[in-house]
Amino acid sequence: MTIISEAPVSATGSGEPATDALGRRPDAETVVDITGVTKSFGDRPVLDGIDLKISRGEFVAILGASGSGKTTLLRILASLDHANGGSLHVASQRSVVFQDARLLPFERVLPNILLGTDARKARATASALLEEVGLRGYEKRWPKTLSGGEAQRVALARALVREPHLLLLDEPFAALDALTRIKMHVLVLQLWHRYDPAVFFITHDVDEAILLADRILVLSDGRFSREISITTPRDQRRGWAGFNKVRRQLLAELGVDSETGGEH
Amino acid sequence: MTTLASPRSALAAGVPGTTAPAASATAASVETLSTSPLTRVKSVPWFSPRNLVRAALPLTLLAAWWFVSATGIVSPVVFPSPALVLEALIDMVRRGELQDALPISLGRAALGLAFGLAIGIFFGVLNGLFRAAEEIFDSSFQIIRQIPFIATVPLFIIWFGIAENMKIIIIALACVFPVYLNTYAGVRHVDSKLVEAGKVFGLSPIKRITTIVLPGALPQVLVGVRYSMGVSLLALVLAESVNAHSGLGYIIAIAQGAIRVDIITAAIIIYALLGVGVDVVMRILERRLLPWKG
Repeated sequence: MTIISEAPVSATGSGEPATDALGRRPDAETVVDITGVTKSFGDRPVLDGIDLKISRGEFVAILGASGSGKTTLLRILASLDHANGGSLHVASQRSVVFQDARLLPFERVLPNILLGTDARKARATASALLEEVGLRGYEKRWPKTLSGGEAQRVALARALVREPHLLLLDEPFAALDALTRIKMHVLVLQLWHRYDPAVFFITHDVDEAILLADRILVLSDGRFSREISITTPRDQRRGWAGFNKVRRQLLAELGVDSETGGEH
Repeated sequence: MTTLASPRSALAAGVPGTTAPAASATAASVETLSTSPLTRVKSVPWFSPRNLVRAALPLTLLAAWWFVSATGIVSPVVFPSPALVLEALIDMVRRGELQDALPISLGRAALGLAFGLAIGIFFGVLNGLFRAAEEIFDSSFQIIRQIPFIATVPLFIIWFGIAENMKIIIIALACVFPVYLNTYAGVRHVDSKLVEAGKVFGLSPIKRITTIVLPGALPQVLVGVRYSMGVSLLALVLAESVNAHSGLGYIIAIAQGAIRVDIITAAIIIYALLGVGVDVVMRILERRLLPWKG
């Protein structure tokens, strides 16, 4: 791979975790192991035989158009929905960041982070996390007073305070402006390095997927139609020559002609 | 568009130093917008224009009242002047009638309200949470709600007599529905996404109710409480119009017998002030219970 070093050094820290060619650590715990998962709503099949295996420490992005079943798959992994068929093994220590922050409006930031945890044990971790997501001193703020980006940072802290082995992110940055989104990318990578969960990241933003993930899966018509692994270090991907090639492939897979912007 | 066109036309004309006119053209198109200092609406003096406008109509009506009664256009027996009404009010205080009547009337309203709120909130939460409870109770509530509670008074007099019980029951019945409907709606319309988040983060069903559903419904419950408090005063007037031996209604009944319109008007004003009191109490309650609304 060509490496162009004009890309700014990202804040992801130096060494990426030791991985094999596919971005997996051979000894890592398997946090998702599903085969033949199907789901339909009424007569409409949404997931049509999904196989997926994710190990701890992997960063997997799921790309797909609206209605391709990405969110349904995430909801099944979070056991918010039940699959109609297939076998599912998912780490029990998992947590979710939704597209909307879903903070309880009537609780301050700290109790929101501690929701459902043993507050006495988790309090110290929560404060440390709040500082890590750049919201030091926000413990007593009301969610209403937070910007969209700040609310999503709180949602990240709330997800990570549980020390998840699997972190499910459902288009967490889709509602944020472009600048905030860049900051959040950096933050998510930092937290991923530090807390080392497997990340299952749903997005419809191809660039975002290429910048963040070890592995990109394209979901279309309820099946994974393509899988691309990226081994180029993240801090070099912005100026990376392969970027456009991967981008074109993914867009084509999603039915968008990146040259003309038209659909296939 | 003009900023794009002007440098080109300057080039075409062969004017030396084309960058200068281009720059000035750009500068000319940049408009300096006037700024206004950031103001925070916090406390407004009582004599601010807005408040004066709001006070204009009530003050005009008061002046008109004074005018028609002072000039004798309307007989003071039919409609006494504000001064006479004030005098009647002062007399009531001086004789201690008001001090005797108010606690009794407020006590009745409060007791009836307490029963009404308890029943309304209990069933509102129950029916909002559980489909089965809704199936069992809600249709009956909706039917009873359609009965104008005033129409039940003769029945209640026969059933419960004309003593205190009847008054409390009438007030309680009237207070049930506003708070029931709002509690039910509040529980029903709690953001299901928040409840789902609670599920993801491992809250048990009971915990989800106590930490997400009930606090989430509270603003709407308080709207219902506010309505019920208003209704409790309405029902109080009705209940006290039946065989009252004490309370504000008793004062009005006596005054009606003696055709003392000044006293009746004074008592009506007191009812109005109690209504204002309800609003003040609710505002304090809301500030205390919903600090996150800011």
